[in-house]
Amino acid sequence: MTLHPPQAAITATGLRKSFGDHVVLDGIDLDIPAGTIFSLLGPNGAGKSTIVKILSTLISADSGQARVLGHDLAQDPDAVRTAIGVTGQYSAVDGLLTGEENLLLMANLHRLGRRRARRRTAELLERFDLVDAAKKAAATYSGGMRRRLDLAMTLVGDPRLIFLDEPTTGLDPRSRRGVWEIIRALVADGVTVFLTTQYLEEADRLADRIAVLDRGTLVAEGTPAELKRRVPGGHFRLRFAEAGDLESAARTLDGSRDDDALALQIPGDGGIESLRALLDRLDDESIKAEELSVHAPDLDDVFLALTGHPSADNNERKAASR
Amino acid sequence: MNTLTHAAGDSATMLGRQLRHMLRYPSMTLLLAGMPIVFLLLFVYVFGGAMGAGLAGASGGRAEYLDYIVPGIMLITVASAAQGTAISVATDMTEGVVARFRTMPIARVSVLTGHVVGTLVQTLISVAIVTGVALLLGFRPDAGPVEWIAAAGLLSVVTFALTWLSVALGMVSESVETASNLPMPLVFLPFLGSGFVPTDTMPTGLRWFAEYQPSPPSSRPCVGC
Repeated sequence: MTLHPPQAAITATGLRKSFGDHVVLDGIDLDIPAGTIFSLLGPNGAGKSTIVKILSTLISADSGQARVLGHDLAQDPDAVRTAIGVTGQYSAVDGLLTGEENLLLMANLHRLGRRRARRRTAELLERFDLVDAAKKAAATYSGGMRRRLDLAMTLVGDPRLIFLDEPTTGLDPRSRRGVWEIIRALVADGVTVFLTTQYLEEADRLADRIAVLDRGTLVAEGTPAELKRRVPGGHFRLRFAEAGDLESAARTLDGSRDDDALALQIPGDGGIESLRALLDRLDDESIKAEELSVHAPDLDDVFLALTGHPSADNNERKAASR
Repeated sequence: MNTLTHAAGDSATMLGRQLRHMLRYPSMTLLLAGMPIVFLLLFVYVFGGAMGAGLAGASGGRAEYLDYIVPGIMLITVASAAQGTAISVATDMTEGVVARFRTMPIARVSVLTGHVVGTLVQTLISVAIVTGVALLLGFRPDAGPVEWIAAAGLLSVVTFALTWLSVALGMVSESVETASNLPMPLVFLPFLGSGFVPTDTMPTGLRWFAEYQPSPPSSRPCVGC
């Protein structure tokens, strides 16, 4: 027991992990202040879940040290487990039990005692809008409801630090906004949130600090504003009716071409000035474009800007579609 | 002491979870009791006449054979319940909920003790169903209360051992399908012993195996009943 609450929720130095020959984490350092939302941003396979698994005591690192809420991960994993809550990438609810029974199960495992268990369960069902579904088996829930139940189960033990591993992957936009509201409310209660995501927008909206993970190393860290300053910002996409048009456009304009879709991507900040400049350019060269769209910076732009290569996931996707 | 009471409390919670699963999914219990019942009916009514005659000479018949095979059928009941354990352990491992348990400050063994004690309860239910069917078919054991208790105790101990084995099989299985296939030999082991026919009717090599493999000795004491 420390007299003063630790200032740092998580500190880690030099975390490494490999599975066989495959190096998943190659020296990760973290310093996350208590009471903040920290977001780990990266494509599939970057190692996000591995970091969550290590910090939540599911697996151990090959080397490196980490302290979670003041407790050493290797020395005192049970003290860490008492203070954390984890919502993994795949929903961790018991499908055969009802929502209410799932929460009571958690309450019993946290040894809350019968009365407190009932009260906490009722409270969480109310807060996560699950009262009507409380008596139904969790297997019958929609994706959004399962995720809400999952989060509610994570909160039963009143954790001081919550790991959310891609909490909105696979959710529809409305459920996604619901989860965001829940996360904001958690931090208002003084909880620290460690959030992993593939969506720049999500990290941008929620996080106090973002770290970008690429192939097992952190390539950038800072506030959302700091990171976005380092990203040139979005792109324009032109689509053409004929291959000839694409050909002449690609000669004049600096961009990456997609021959299959007859499209050209031109970097740009999405502002009116650069849009006007692009349109003038098209006029001058009398290039006919079918369609123009403006894209806000996404994870690919961040990766391109920070690492000089597109996100690994994107590469795979392209390779697969060939 | 503290950790012991925690382990007991967490195990009780997990047992509650298993029993609820059983209630929600009763078809599993029925399926596990169903297979031995099908074997029982098949052997008694299809093979029973001929086998009974072979067993006790011309005077023997279906009734004698029923009495002879009930212990073997009981072992198959226990083994098929163990198969159910492997399936449910493997299912648990593929679902996120066990990962959640592992990030919680609970006694880790409780997840498994929940399964084992749950299976014990499930097996006793299956054994009771199968015994009931055997009695309906005309199974008339001449065992006294002490022998019944001894038989029940022995079956429980065998169940306990087989269940831990199938928990291990469930844990090492990569998928639920594998988990359902791995314990299959346990179900068929009683056939390669004195469970269904006397071993002296078997060819020499098989007879050696049949006499020394663990499954028939555990069923033999029951034959007295």
